[in-house]
Amino acid sequence: MIPGESPRPEGSPRPDPLQRADAAGSEVDAIVVGAGPAGSAAALELARNGHSVVLLERGPFPGSKNMYGGVIYGRILDTLVPKWWEEAPIQRWVTRRQTMMLSGDQALTIDYRSDRWGDPPYNGATAYRPDFDQWLADKAAEAGARVVCSTTATGLIHEGEQVVGVTTDRPGGELRAKVVIACDGANSFLAREAGLYENLDPANFTVGVKETIALPSEVIDARFGVRGDHGVDIEILGCTGGVPGGGFVYTNRDTVSVGLVLSLPELAKGDKRPEQLLHQMKQHAGIAPLVEGGEVREYSAHMIPEGGYEAMPELIGNGLLVAGDAASMCLAAGVWLEGVNFAIGSGAAAGRATHRAIQRGDTSAEGLEGYRTRLESSFVLSDHRKLREIPHLVMGDLAQTRLPGMACGVAEQFFHVDNPAPKPGLRRIIRSEMKTNGVRFRDLIRESVKAIRGFG
Amino acid sequence: MSGYSQISFETRMDSVEFRVGESAHITVDDTLCRDCSVRGCITACPANLFVPTSDGGIVFNYEQCFECGACSLACNTEGAIDWSYPEGGHGVVFHKT
Ligand SMILES: Cc1cc2nc3c(=O)[nH]c(=O)nc-3n(C[C@H](O)[C@H](O)[C@H](O)COP(=O)(O)OP(=O)(O)OC[C@H]3O[C@@H](n4cnc5c(N)ncnc54)[C@H](O)[C@@H]3O)c2cc1C
Ligand code: SF4
Ligand code: SF4
Repeated sequence: MIPGESPRPEGSPRPDPLQRADAAGSEVDAIVVGAGPAGSAAALELARNGHSVVLLERGPFPGSKNMYGGVIYGRILDTLVPKWWEEAPIQRWVTRRQTMMLSGDQALTIDYRSDRWGDPPYNGATAYRPDFDQWLADKAAEAGARVVCSTTATGLIHEGEQVVGVTTDRPGGELRAKVVIACDGANSFLAREAGLYENLDPANFTVGVKETIALPSEVIDARFGVRGDHGVDIEILGCTGGVPGGGFVYTNRDTVSVGLVLSLPELAKGDKRPEQLLHQMKQHAGIAPLVEGGEVREYSAHMIPEGGYEAMPELIGNGLLVAGDAASMCLAAGVWLEGVNFAIGSGAAAGRATHRAIQRGDTSAEGLEGYRTRLESSFVLSDHRKLREIPHLVMGDLAQTRLPGMACGVAEQFFHVDNPAPKPGLRRIIRSEMKTNGVRFRDLIRESVKAIRGFG
Repeated sequence: MSGYSQISFETRMDSVEFRVGESAHITVDDTLCRDCSVRGCITACPANLFVPTSDGGIVFNYEQCFECGACSLACNTEGAIDWSYPEGGHGVVFHKT
């Protein structure tokens, strides 16, 4: 049984599949902590290769603790779950992607659409994480992994240098394994406990808040200019009231997800709370017509580790691997906010490396070294390494407020007809908007060079 | 002003399911808060659980917590926040997120 199938009523005893592992008197091959996308991918790989694996989840069902903006890039699933698109719990396929820059009452939008993204194998899809994460955990369970919900891993068990299991918050809930894979998300207590993080800088974290707003699907179709199961992804810059960050609007079938991602230390320093900043963004003329009249179905919040490559911990310990957000593998680089695909990619790599190490009978850090090689030869570390400068660029003041202001200003002057005055030249417009927005030529060049280099 | 009004914070939080556990997973030692000039928890906590008192303290209630971890990272007074996850199966439960 997957414990998550029927959420346990409050106060009733928890089902205890942990006992079975103990009764057998033997350890399992692997314990995966956290049934998010990283953990389920790791457990799926291991179970498929015939290993005994326990997937621990502290929530009452997989996905119950997880929120995100809203778009999953599913191609990484091609090899794990062939034709995943025929069964994954998808809301809409993203066929239209916009980047919106807001400044004062102005908005400038870059709008790309392609109906090809609405056909297999697709590009991005909106989905609710409680649905998606449960679905992927079910795949691991079908392959033979034991999914144990309502159970929090509280620490690591060591024997000498080697990690040999975890303690849990169940009575007598010690569980032993050859390898522990920490997929416990942004707060990554297991990696911290193991000393794999050198330093944790709050500046590498953002706080995400979002409203899931109910609207009839026809209204969503009409407002966003899509039909059927097609949907829209909008990233927004210049909407965070001076706190470095960004905003998003994503369409689900009959809800719209609207949210903000905010630099943690800057939010903490300021005097505006997240829901106030979100309210402010929703009132902007560029956003209000998309969401007005809808009822807030659910409010949610979560942290994002945005530091990227430079912020990653040691990925491998003796008997221990770290994957997904727990290893800071979420890619937050400007208009890209991709964590689910990176979590699945790294989780699957951890599963495969663990399989190899167990086969060879060496689960020390050295025996698990294959994990790093796999990540380096895949998009997970190559994208991160390539884009390692971008998180800082995007959170910088130039990209945050001055560029959106300048872009909107240029558009305004370019499109504004001020007869009988003649049209100003573009060069003059740009020069005057740079001045108005405090953008200096050499800063622009310097940051552009960095951006071109950073985006590779 | 657009065609909707701001919902109250209570209405906002009423949209979230919490399976509240019996014991607090986060506690705040607000004797330490009295010397804190940053007080970043007050604006950073998305659930607005850190409420300043008139005498410089902080009142904290764990019940409607998103378990995001922002407070523990934002606070730089060692020992002021004792943070852990709630007992398995308890705490926030998301649905359409
Ligand atoms: C506001 C916001 C917007 C985002 N937008 C996007 C987007 O549009 N597209 C995208 O691809 N990514 C997005 N992301 C990033 C994405 O959500 C993450 O990168 C992704 O969820 C990471 O997956 P994971 O499996 O590593 O961790 P998680 O999904 O966080 O899963 C970790 C799991 O471990 C469990 N757990 C934690 N500790 C324990 C413990 N001690 N014992 C047992 N279980 C435990 C948790 O309950 C959870 O289920 C966004 C994130 C946020 C916050
Ligand atoms: S919890 Fe930390 S940040 Fe908040 S007031 Fe207390 S010491 Fe300051
Ligand atoms: S974990 Fe998040 S929601 Fe809970 S008290 Fe801390 S900041 Fe607030």
